[in-house]
Amino acid sequence: MAVAEAKAIAPSRGLDLPAIIKDCLLATLVAFAIFFPTLGVKTDSTGGLDIILRYRWTAVFIACAVVFAGRLLLQLLVWNRAAAATRPASPLAQRIGELELGKYLGPVVLAMAILMPFLPFTDRYVMDVAILIVTYIMLAWGLQVVVGLAGLLDLGYVAFYAVGAYSYALLAQHFGFSFWICLPLAGTLAAFWGIILGFPVLRLRGDYLAIVTLAFGEIIRLVLLNWHEFTGGPNGISNVPRPSFFGIPFTRGEEGFAATFGLPFSNLHRLMFLYYLAMALALVTFFVTNRLRRLPIGRAWEALREDEIACRSLGLNTTNTKLTAFAIGAMFGGFAGSFFATKQGFISPESFNFLESATILAIVVLGGMSSQIGVVLASIAMIGGLEVLRQLHFLKLFFGADFDPSQLRMLLFGMAMVLVMLWKPRGLVSSRVPSVFLKQKKIVSSDLVGQGHG
Amino acid sequence: MMSHSWTQDPILTVEHLTMRFGGLIAVDDVSFTVGRNDITALIGPNGAGKTTVFNCLTGFYKPSEGRIAMRHGGGVEHLLERMDDFRIASIAKVARTFQNIRLFGGMTVLENLMISHHNRLMRASGYTLAGVIGLRSYRTAETEAIERCKYWLDKVGLIERADDPAGDLPYGAQRRLEIARAMCTGPLLLCLDEPAAGLNPRESEELNQLLRYIRDTHQIGILLIEHDMSVVMGISDHVIVLDYGQKLSDGTAQEVRKDPAVIRAYLGVDEKELEKAARQGDEALKAVVRDVKAIESSGAPTGGRA
Repeated sequence: MAVAEAKAIAPSRGLDLPAIIKDCLLATLVAFAIFFPTLGVKTDSTGGLDIILRYRWTAVFIACAVVFAGRLLLQLLVWNRAAAATRPASPLAQRIGELELGKYLGPVVLAMAILMPFLPFTDRYVMDVAILIVTYIMLAWGLQVVVGLAGLLDLGYVAFYAVGAYSYALLAQHFGFSFWICLPLAGTLAAFWGIILGFPVLRLRGDYLAIVTLAFGEIIRLVLLNWHEFTGGPNGISNVPRPSFFGIPFTRGEEGFAATFGLPFSNLHRLMFLYYLAMALALVTFFVTNRLRRLPIGRAWEALREDEIACRSLGLNTTNTKLTAFAIGAMFGGFAGSFFATKQGFISPESFNFLESATILAIVVLGGMSSQIGVVLASIAMIGGLEVLRQLHFLKLFFGADFDPSQLRMLLFGMAMVLVMLWKPRGLVSSRVPSVFLKQKKIVSSDLVGQGHG
Repeated sequence: MMSHSWTQDPILTVEHLTMRFGGLIAVDDVSFTVGRNDITALIGPNGAGKTTVFNCLTGFYKPSEGRIAMRHGGGVEHLLERMDDFRIASIAKVARTFQNIRLFGGMTVLENLMISHHNRLMRASGYTLAGVIGLRSYRTAETEAIERCKYWLDKVGLIERADDPAGDLPYGAQRRLEIARAMCTGPLLLCLDEPAAGLNPRESEELNQLLRYIRDTHQIGILLIEHDMSVVMGISDHVIVLDYGQKLSDGTAQEVRKDPAVIRAYLGVDEKELEKAARQGDEALKAVVRDVKAIESSGAPTGGRA
């Protein structure tokens, strides 16, 4: 409320210092009301059964001071300047800017990703995080087909990830198939399950669609958990075959990768291989989904998101169109699952809970429903950001030496997500690039693009 | 009765069409024919069942009773009452537009038209497989489709705005784009649901010219619902009047205009006539007048059958 007032007042009066100070004090008061019970009071045991309250006035003071200073800076610099600006940047310039963003940012990110394993600071931990990020990028690109293009909200996407992982693990365990044979099989099986899910939800929209897909994800997880004879139940499947470099394993011995190529042995080789494998799979996902968007099927998905009835009046079989969207999305989920299984070497139903679905969906929403580069940025921000938040050791200054910053990361992360969605409600890159053009490729602004009906 | 173009070789024959929604009979035993190369107008007061007839023709409703036959000529006949809506568009070649415009707002004008070529392009792209690996045959088909889109964009005067989002177009242009999109499916019968609604007189005149052009150049039948009498009387070869779900009149614009039943439906019954009937002791009529007065005084909605 105070923000709206400040915005309304600022243009007419210019710099009104008393009003600004009043607004900042108000914000600080609110901050105190929030921080005093959350930060300021701590229950502590005296060693016995008694619990005493400790007051941490310093922490509260610092928090309130940060809010006051931040509010003051916003008032003086951001809101004031926005009000003083004579006219906003032309929408055309903004649109061209976004078009260029994809054109140049994409290759830069790709080049950085290719060079990443050779950078000096790269160690095991960095590689692990990078592989995780690339896996999520791939999953999000797959889910983007269903949610972003076809406009069908799928909360159970992790089911296909699980199908892919278990397909690879079981096929490799029982039949001794190699990764490259299992990969297409896992993709096909996941696509098949995508169609199985697609049929019952064809007639559902909105909240109902979301609930059924959510339930589907849980059903797959519970089946994996309880079907002991087949899936190993909660014990999962261990000894999933590790990937090899065209038949050369990443081991220390004579037969190993390092010995064959005359390199000193390093654990990093295997991780680097996995990283490039994930990159290759992600790039395949990128090129295929990108091409599908320009093909009639991709246009039909987008038309389905915009208006299903109009689609039917133009002779589109919307049933088939929806099913292909579910199948293609699921297929990429299956590929990613296969990769996950070979990377981990061990899978169990624990890895495929709802939080995974939510994370992938959050990446798609944060990145922008129809922007592939947006998903990359969102994935780096979300997965990388969560890891960075583990490292915030300076928070120990406020909370004492025994404070573990990783406990706070989900909270901080949630706050960051809220802020980003306030700032960019339709995702980081929300505009849409047309799939075909006559003279000039013009970006479609996000407020015209439909969000789908579910 | 004199012989008309629509009775000799009709493209569409509707026989005993009835549509019931629960107890409500929206369309009651309506039969008519649509000429192969005519502009046929379906008119009637609000709630007469015009849009319901349209929805039955295009498969969005499954009629309760009746038979709808689409004749392509050369002995090819499709019974529309049994077909899915999207097959009616793709196989029976009946295209339609909507009363409240249904464009793909977030897609460009050109993309909107490209969607109409979906089935042809899907075949050309080998149901996506050949398209993914980028075969030449698909690219040729796509270029051809774009050429057809350009033709229709030119005809509806939107070629300059081909790369703008459809949702950005002004209202009149959206109406024209919807017609162009329907024409891109290559129909033999074009059904337009109130194409002139919300258009200014100049735009209506342009619409008349466009519809005449479509009829004369592309040799297709046009069936339209319209309230704007300047459009109806100006371009229709054949007018069908519906009221309370029943067919009231059927003929050329001149014939329909003189039909006393149509005048009564549009202008109402003369009060003097009513009073005369009441004086003559028509008990049933007296009861009706009493009922109407009771409803009016209680303020209950009397119309509103949309």
